[in-house]
Amino acid sequence: MTFGKVILAGLIIISLAFPAHPILDHALPKLSDYGFFKEPISEQSPISDVIPYTIASELFSDYAEKLRFIKVPENRSISHNEDLSFSYPEGTFLIKTFYYQSDVRDPNSDRRLIETRLLKKTGSEWLAIPYVWNNEQTDAVLALAGDRKDVSWIHSDGKPISILYSVPNLNQCKSCHVYNNIQQPIGPKVRNLNLDLIYDNISTNQLDKWVSLGILEPFDNDSLPRTVDYMDVHDGNLDERARAWLDINCAHCHRRGGPAETSGLYLELEETDPTALGILKPPVAAGRGSGDLKYNIVPGHAEQSIMDFRIRSLDPGVMMPELNRKLVHKEGVEIIQAWINSMPEKE
Amino acid sequence: MTFKRSIIILKFIFSFCIAEFEKDLQLQLILAEPGDTITLDSGLFPILGTLSMEGKENIVIRGNGINSTTLNFKTQVEGAQGLSITNCKNIILQDFTIQDAKGDAIKCQYVNGITFRRVKAQWLGGPKPTNGAYGLYPVQCENVLIEHCVAIGASDAGIYVGQSKNIIVRFSEAFENVAGIEIENSTRADVYGNNVHGNTGGILVFDLPDLVVKEGQQIRIFDNIIKENNIDNFAPEGNIVAKVPSGTGIMVMATEQVEIFENTIIDNKTAGTAIVSYFITEEETKDTQYNPYTSSINIHDNIYRREPQIPTLDHDIGLLLFTRFFKDVPDIIYDGMPDPKYLGISGYIPLSRRLCITNNSDADYLNLDISKNFESWYSPFFADFNTDISECDCEQESISEVILDLE
Repeated sequence: MTFGKVILAGLIIISLAFPAHPILDHALPKLSDYGFFKEPISEQSPISDVIPYTIASELFSDYAEKLRFIKVPENRSISHNEDLSFSYPEGTFLIKTFYYQSDVRDPNSDRRLIETRLLKKTGSEWLAIPYVWNNEQTDAVLALAGDRKDVSWIHSDGKPISILYSVPNLNQCKSCHVYNNIQQPIGPKVRNLNLDLIYDNISTNQLDKWVSLGILEPFDNDSLPRTVDYMDVHDGNLDERARAWLDINCAHCHRRGGPAETSGLYLELEETDPTALGILKPPVAAGRGSGDLKYNIVPGHAEQSIMDFRIRSLDPGVMMPELNRKLVHKEGVEIIQAWINSMPEKE
Repeated sequence: MTFKRSIIILKFIFSFCIAEFEKDLQLQLILAEPGDTITLDSGLFPILGTLSMEGKENIVIRGNGINSTTLNFKTQVEGAQGLSITNCKNIILQDFTIQDAKGDAIKCQYVNGITFRRVKAQWLGGPKPTNGAYGLYPVQCENVLIEHCVAIGASDAGIYVGQSKNIIVRFSEAFENVAGIEIENSTRADVYGNNVHGNTGGILVFDLPDLVVKEGQQIRIFDNIIKENNIDNFAPEGNIVAKVPSGTGIMVMATEQVEIFENTIIDNKTAGTAIVSYFITEEETKDTQYNPYTSSINIHDNIYRREPQIPTLDHDIGLLLFTRFFKDVPDIIYDGMPDPKYLGISGYIPLSRRLCITNNSDADYLNLDISKNFESWYSPFFADFNTDISECDCEQESISEVILDLE
């Protein structure tokens, strides 16, 4: 029996033992079972109604690179609400594959696919369905309990990095994707999608492309918001880049209605209350996460700010975000430090 | 060589077993169906990541005994909690121990109906600032029952109920924590029959600003033993409990409707019971919906006993008490900050909104009156403090018992 068969047999046993779990009604055993990609699926070359997309500012996931796709059921389209939030038709899939180049400096170096996460719209909720790629890179297998993988690569500075990469389990998926108790996508929002992407050698605005494909209802408004790319120093100002980083890395929990709302720290791009953003705000239940510091942000002093302390930490009981980070996001930390240091000191 | 190799092989098998136990348990937590009981065998099980349960109803997680089944998180590599329960209904946790979680031992959020029974949260090696923050930590929950539990070594609160409603904490023991038991921004809580000793502060009832759930009220603290909560405060700076003076028995801050009765409050060196506004923290808040004052506090029929001893000198209030009272510090300390919205035209606070202290054995009283006596740093050292307990001679209606809606 091959490894894959063992897993399959295990899944069958599990599904016999727990017949009614909703995830098992929707989750197919292997990624290839969905038919999203042409063979060999490790090339990640999508079939025609699976549309690649990207977002302006990305969540840091231990320097993993990501491929994103969306599949909207035939003859259906995504509608949008007055606040520009999306309503997706049932059966929509969001597909995200995490991979590492063996040498980040060389785009032609070997690519190792680690995991593919699916979000499937079912009724009012989204289901998160995690898959882990096998060592042969021929397929990815359902992994409800997540996994841990040794991963190593040559980083952009030429130095080798090795980590125990962690694939989130079903509950961990939800711990970030939950909003007002309902599991939802995080990245695909109008302001995150409002940028150009190359389709068949032609650069096109993603939203325009989706509209022209008929998967997104057209907008009345010409001037749609756009999140800046925090990695691009020429995009927006420091405040906008810092807020974009906080928005995608923190605000899925740190917002009203999000799992970290108990902290009173809200980091969505739209947040305007300085205390909610952490400025001279004492922590609520940080424990040793406070790092013996008094305030989340001390204007002008990153080194006295809990926010800086926690995004630099690698201690599981201290670090932020709490999950799926084994490395410090150096570039992100630099932006946040510069942002805090640029704030005028208060008396 | 052979020996070395066999050790390596053994290690490999062992680590595989660990991973299998953890993976299997996590899978059970994911796939559990309403009515299921997940059982944990006797043994000491090292766990590498947060165990989590999400979106479940009517589940029991049961070990083989509070001292028999232990999940140890010493080598935890990911997740801040030991066990995390979110968005659930009617969950019972019983008969196991969580040790050395990197952050909180058991955190429950958005759970209606959560029972902790004979559960221990523990950090080994005594009180240390590197211990996790909370032991048993329900937050934004309803119908919380914590009974026959034990919490040891939390660098914040051993048993901490935050932003929740309908709570009973009873027959439990908390020691070597910064705060033994803390009820924060919560409504309708009964805390009784507990043994709270050897913490920095015994039982805290706090209301804090800038939170989603505000205005805690209707809290009853009764029939507890609150003894020798005199250990040094080891909370990391920045946390509100880092401001609690070592030697505090009960502290009520900024909360309305608190009834404290029939407790035995012994040998807490700085303040047997402190009733204070948020101003005592010297923190500012811009939260306009926040009420920083205490009101309707009813302290009656408690036993206070205190051998003459020096209060903490690591805290401004402790220093002040030491210089003014030396070793005979009063048992009940009030900051003298009534809620101005209850002040009538005559400057008179209705009885039902006051601090009432009646029928306690051996209770001395001190009103710090901080709005008058703390104008400069040196003024409290010369102020004429009121220590006449008769100003609190008033009666209030008892708060009604908490009835939990647990299926």
